[in-house]
Amino acid sequence: MNVEKVISKNWGNPDSFTLKAYQKSGGYQGLKKALELAPADVLAEVKKSNLRGRGGAGFPTGLKWSFVPKDNPKPKYLAINADESEPGTFKDRYIMEDDPHMMLEGIAIACWALGAHQCYVYIRGEFKHGAERVNAAIAEAYAAGIFGKKVMGKDFPLEVYLVRGAGAYICGEETALLESLEGKKGWPRLKPPFPAVVGLFGSPTVVNNVETVASLPSIFEKGAEWYAKLGTEKSGGTHLVCLSGSVNRPGVYELSMHTTLRELIESDQYGQGLPAGRKVKAVIPGGSSAPVLTADDLDTAIEFEALKGKMTMAGSGGVIVMDDSTCLVRSLWRVARFYAEESCGQCTPCREGTPWQTRLLRKIEEGRGEPGDIDILLGVAHAIAPFPPIGLGNTICALGDAAALPTHSFVHKFREEFEAHITEHRCPYGDSPWGHFGGWA
Amino acid sequence: MAEPLFTPQERKTFDEGIAEILTHYPADRKSAAMLPALRLLQTLKGWLPPEGMVLVAEKLSTSRARAYEVATFYVMFHTERPGKYTVDVCTNLSCSLWGAEKLLAYLEQKLGLKAGEKNEQFFLRETECLASCGTAPCLQINEDHHESLTREKVDQIFAKLT
Repeated sequence: MNVEKVISKNWGNPDSFTLKAYQKSGGYQGLKKALELAPADVLAEVKKSNLRGRGGAGFPTGLKWSFVPKDNPKPKYLAINADESEPGTFKDRYIMEDDPHMMLEGIAIACWALGAHQCYVYIRGEFKHGAERVNAAIAEAYAAGIFGKKVMGKDFPLEVYLVRGAGAYICGEETALLESLEGKKGWPRLKPPFPAVVGLFGSPTVVNNVETVASLPSIFEKGAEWYAKLGTEKSGGTHLVCLSGSVNRPGVYELSMHTTLRELIESDQYGQGLPAGRKVKAVIPGGSSAPVLTADDLDTAIEFEALKGKMTMAGSGGVIVMDDSTCLVRSLWRVARFYAEESCGQCTPCREGTPWQTRLLRKIEEGRGEPGDIDILLGVAHAIAPFPPIGLGNTICALGDAAALPTHSFVHKFREEFEAHITEHRCPYGDSPWGHFGGWA
Repeated sequence: MAEPLFTPQERKTFDEGIAEILTHYPADRKSAAMLPALRLLQTLKGWLPPEGMVLVAEKLSTSRARAYEVATFYVMFHTERPGKYTVDVCTNLSCSLWGAEKLLAYLEQKLGLKAGEKNEQFFLRETECLASCGTAPCLQINEDHHESLTREKVDQIFAKLT
């Protein structure tokens, strides 16, 4: 299904990352219109647009903003979560590299609505190129009078700073991000209080994802109704989906909320199918923490509600395809290893459980698995976070859930493959566990 | 006597850099500047020498323990001198589906190091997702990113390193 491009419309255009090119394509018109509205009306428009957060949880953006107390005398902050690190996710990187001004315009709109005069963009440390582009764009915005003492002539000062992380997935969790912005190690905070009430430096703070704020300019340029209509009843707009794994044309695609996994994977304008002779065995629909789906689920729309109906999630938009020649024990081991590496060590179930999952999976993958290991594995996952439903984790933050959900879902849906490793005392895929493209050119 | 930490030029860059960074934060929240301050130190020295971290802590009116705690929490900070080039190879799911384990094996052989080992010139590590899942496999050398890697491309990249 074709959809009007909203977020990626400028990608690939000459100098798309410059202010000049952005303004030529209509940039900063949305901000101009938003500044003509009272902040409360800006918030109402965002609610009307049905914009939902694009960082993973899909929380309605307008509602999140409305939690900021009006009567709190402390300064209010906006923090942008540009710590994109969920395996399979690489969309925010393209926004920042190819069209950073779309994010900056969204920041100005959000700050106007929130009454925030300071914004910190927290970009993951590894994004050197993205950081250079965003920094250059921020400098352009100051020089053009978009940021600084007045926002486009309006008596509203706004300072925007870029802060680079230093390699820690956990800092994408919004309270860990705030800790890191405060110059500490990234240990998530207990909630409540939520950041909207007690956030950065103890002040009310909204944390929004890059794609989320990049969606704001078009909402104000073309109207909230227009934006809402692009999507479904509960999710406005379009969204970016990152396709990777065993497909012929991986990449970031801007999709309608109605597009199905099958269309994304098979369509000529998107994934262009699997290599000849291969078919889908498993698909992770929303970043590596999202419960895995099977080939039977391909007609599901890649959208918050539809995926929720399949007991998984749209998450961060990372769709990872595994073909029928891929070993799922090895795949799950890689995912489990990631969460073990990235566990911050604060909560026992996650600190101890994530390496335990990894060791058990490695043992099974190497053919050393014993009867009972699968149940121990499930027991460990259960101790971190029972499933279903999503969200029962026994840890302060959702990293515990993220680490346990893949284990629950892979074992539940592909148990026979785990058992084959144990009964055959080897990986049935031998030296080629990684599917069609895994052999490397 | 031990060599001084900074050359006069480096010291100037460090002092001015920290002063600039501190303008981004509330005056009573100097310690918030820890990540950018450590990054500046590492850019100057290639790693985080202990006496440098002490200096950062003083500049930010916080404890040495805080500086060290932050330095050891984040993988991009080096509290030990790394090789001249830190080579981070992503072996996460999407990259492995496009040959990352083979890429790593090739590098181990090429550099004569196992993942996690270092010599004077190279520090070879497996790293986690670098957001190049659509252009896999990928690696990073210090802070420079390389993607859609083939053997040929890897050879070319390493041939340019001195």
